[in-house]
Amino acid sequence: MGKIEGRSLGQIAWMRLKRDKVAIAGFVVIVLLILMAVFANLIIKLIGHPPNEFNQDLIDTAGGTLAPLGKFGGMSWDHPFGVEPVNGRDIMSRVIYGSRISLLIAFFATLLSVAIGTTMGIVAGFFGGWVDALISRLMDVFLAFPLLVFAIALAGVVPDDAFGLQGDSLRIVLLIFIIGFFNWPYIGRIVRGQTISLREREFVDAARSLGARRPYILFTELLPNLIAPILVYATLLIPTNILFEAALSFLGVGVRAPTATWGGMLSDAVTFYTMPHFMLWPGLAIFITVLAFNLFGDGLRDALDPRSR
Amino acid sequence: MNSTFTTSGSDKKGCTTTMSIKRLRTVAALSAVVALALSACGGNGGDDNANGTGGGAKNEFNAALTEVVNPSDKKGGTVKMGHSDTWDSLDPGETYYGYAWNFARLYGRSLLMFKPAPGKAANELVPDLAEGLGVPTDGGKTWTYKIRKGVKFEDGTEVKAKDVKYAVLRSTDKETFPNGPAYFEAFLNLPAGYKGPYKSKGVNTDSAISTPDDYTIVFHLKNGFGGFDYLAQLAQTMPVPEAKDTGAKYRNTIVSSGPYKFANLQPDKSFELVRNDQWDQATDPNRKALPDKYEVALKVNADDIDNRVISGDLDIDVSGTGVQPASLSKVLTDPALKAQADNATLARLWYTSVNPTVPPLNNVECRRAIQYAMDKTSYQTAYGGPFSGGDLATTVMPPLVPGYEKFDLYPAGPDSKGDLDKAKESLTKCGQPNGFATNMAYRSDRPREKATAEAFQQALKRVGINLTLKGYPSGDYFSQYAGNPPFVVANKIGLATNGWGADWNDGFGFLSQIVDSRVIRATGGSSNTSVRLPDVDKMLDAALAETDTAKREKLWSPIDKRVMEEAVIYPGVYAKSLLLRPKNLTNVFVSDAFNMYDYLTLGVK
Repeated sequence: MGKIEGRSLGQIAWMRLKRDKVAIAGFVVIVLLILMAVFANLIIKLIGHPPNEFNQDLIDTAGGTLAPLGKFGGMSWDHPFGVEPVNGRDIMSRVIYGSRISLLIAFFATLLSVAIGTTMGIVAGFFGGWVDALISRLMDVFLAFPLLVFAIALAGVVPDDAFGLQGDSLRIVLLIFIIGFFNWPYIGRIVRGQTISLREREFVDAARSLGARRPYILFTELLPNLIAPILVYATLLIPTNILFEAALSFLGVGVRAPTATWGGMLSDAVTFYTMPHFMLWPGLAIFITVLAFNLFGDGLRDALDPRSR
Repeated sequence: MNSTFTTSGSDKKGCTTTMSIKRLRTVAALSAVVALALSACGGNGGDDNANGTGGGAKNEFNAALTEVVNPSDKKGGTVKMGHSDTWDSLDPGETYYGYAWNFARLYGRSLLMFKPAPGKAANELVPDLAEGLGVPTDGGKTWTYKIRKGVKFEDGTEVKAKDVKYAVLRSTDKETFPNGPAYFEAFLNLPAGYKGPYKSKGVNTDSAISTPDDYTIVFHLKNGFGGFDYLAQLAQTMPVPEAKDTGAKYRNTIVSSGPYKFANLQPDKSFELVRNDQWDQATDPNRKALPDKYEVALKVNADDIDNRVISGDLDIDVSGTGVQPASLSKVLTDPALKAQADNATLARLWYTSVNPTVPPLNNVECRRAIQYAMDKTSYQTAYGGPFSGGDLATTVMPPLVPGYEKFDLYPAGPDSKGDLDKAKESLTKCGQPNGFATNMAYRSDRPREKATAEAFQQALKRVGINLTLKGYPSGDYFSQYAGNPPFVVANKIGLATNGWGADWNDGFGFLSQIVDSRVIRATGGSSNTSVRLPDVDKMLDAALAETDTAKREKLWSPIDKRVMEEAVIYPGVYAKSLLLRPKNLTNVFVSDAFNMYDYLTLGVK
């Protein structure tokens, strides 16, 4: 007789996830994107051109249209995605480099939101009373905040050298802060609700009657049970943040020129809407990334909480 | 009648110029003759006039730059214009755009005007409300104009000297009219503390402008100014009846003195100009007033305007700035459309300030290194290429400004992509053989300036000059950032994109605001940030006082050369724009004075 093995919650979830082909496809794309971002320098060195290098010999300057020479926006083996009008920069290199900024900002902004949101949510849900009231009102304030307007104003006001940082690194940190700091109430509310329902459950009562202290209950009893919703929400928050970063770059308050970002490339492409290839590639990059994260997030939710199906 | 004239003379420009000037100065009522002279000169190219409207230039690329396209005297019809935004103000006392000055002549008559003629002839000043050009006395400190008799406002009252005086005085009130040019208050000998006729009621202003009789107006200046006639052509001299003036609201209730008056004015939406029956052709040698009506649609999408002009649904983009980038490739690649376009040159320079207040650019050799190292063609491309961007510039003054002389102190190599050997030589002389690092400011909401900054970064990198780009909003660009001297020093803004267009085609109009160190304000706000040369200031003063036009024009180029020797300005491109020629209109030509189609002579086929 074979031994009957008990399966942990994680093992069950992993089994369900494996069966979800769409979610796995999303996961694979995400891994590839991350690898592309991490090894961007290497990839460019091997097959591409420096992202800010001008190739004005590939541009129709004599005819005055400033469009890339050749068909489909100057596509060639040398420049597989074609080149930008006006300055002839290689679009493929810029899309690859743009993934760094997008993913970096989206990941860390999500991390910040999750950290603040989880802490605030657990504290509010577990302690209740005036603490809950205070934090809940704070969340309302943050949710009612005109984020986009504030982001534009803040990014315009902060000087080039601040907080010991300057240039691109300052802008990236600033964007992470703006996007991350103002998105925590969404996750905070979910965690608070879950905590309220969990804290009255028997296993928490049991721990309490055995004399467990509050930190033990919070971190050992409650937090592991909150991992599933947090994880699901985080995967769904990342694509939102990618879009938000793109929107900010599009509006010109993101990372500064000439550093490539997907939103910034889209913004450049608007004045050349008669040359669709210029808009196609960064748009496609955003589309694929957001779709991959959303599909994976959905699959993860189904796997962790089959009732929500 | 056209045929008799078409066979006369072969030199069109000479013909137009001599014929109309002589007659303008002798006879008063010769509108018919001038009309003939204009159409006759335009008619010289009329060997192959297929359209049957009496000859004119062929419908080909750049045809309207030097000749009248579709000359005709046919009256009637409606001219349809579109604007992607709206006027800064329709009030002639306040508006400060070239297209608005061009257009204002339809509903107002200034003392003088630029001659409505194609090409260079448009730089000549001709009398409009005045009977002749200004008569200077007292070394250019007093200027006298005689006003035509019989010119009437739309309500039938005659225009008198006091109406012109009132119009000029009200325009000096910059609290009521913040947008307008500020030349009159700077030059006129106004009583101390004078704040315009609304706030300084009853103050005697005869020390600035006197009106000895109803048809004579005399301007009294603080200092001699040889170019005062240029001020007399400003829309600010268009008469305003004091009884009907409503201050800041007058922009919506303008009383016309020209051939057209306002109708159906809906601010920010649309308005019409209809015939003013009080206007008398006999008092007006310059205007033809052919169409019955002008319709102007405001706040129309700029790309939509281009498409509608191409289809013929609209006649003209009234702002006259040329096609949008999206239409550029469409127009240039389609031979039929290209034949329907004019590549007008503007009296405007796109340039980059090289700030000597930011080390190591305090050393002239380091500034010269930038002049040599920059790839001039990439500057041109950043601005839209040879058609919508402009021509490669080597001087501060553009060729359209009278007195321009061509020179090139820093040849950028045979392909204009920069002379790197010379740049390295200059860097060595400067004591920075391996280059240096500095910052470059640009207006972040202007894609062309962003492209320029990126081009500088790429080009200067070749000799080791590393630029960090800093974009600032254009609204505060000069007051807070690139035009604010303490900010420039504190943030090490070595280079800053910049641009300047003349208010009128004259050395003073072009140079005074960008090379005179005395316009630099410690609190910011000036376009000039980098030119701080005492000898240039002195040269400007000497030129300003010269009342002889020919002598004065010779004084501008040495100033230009001196600035370039110091390498404090990097000239990028002399601006050009690609205009779409209206299909259904007659008498179409580009005026060098406005660098767009002249709106005074248009007719409908």
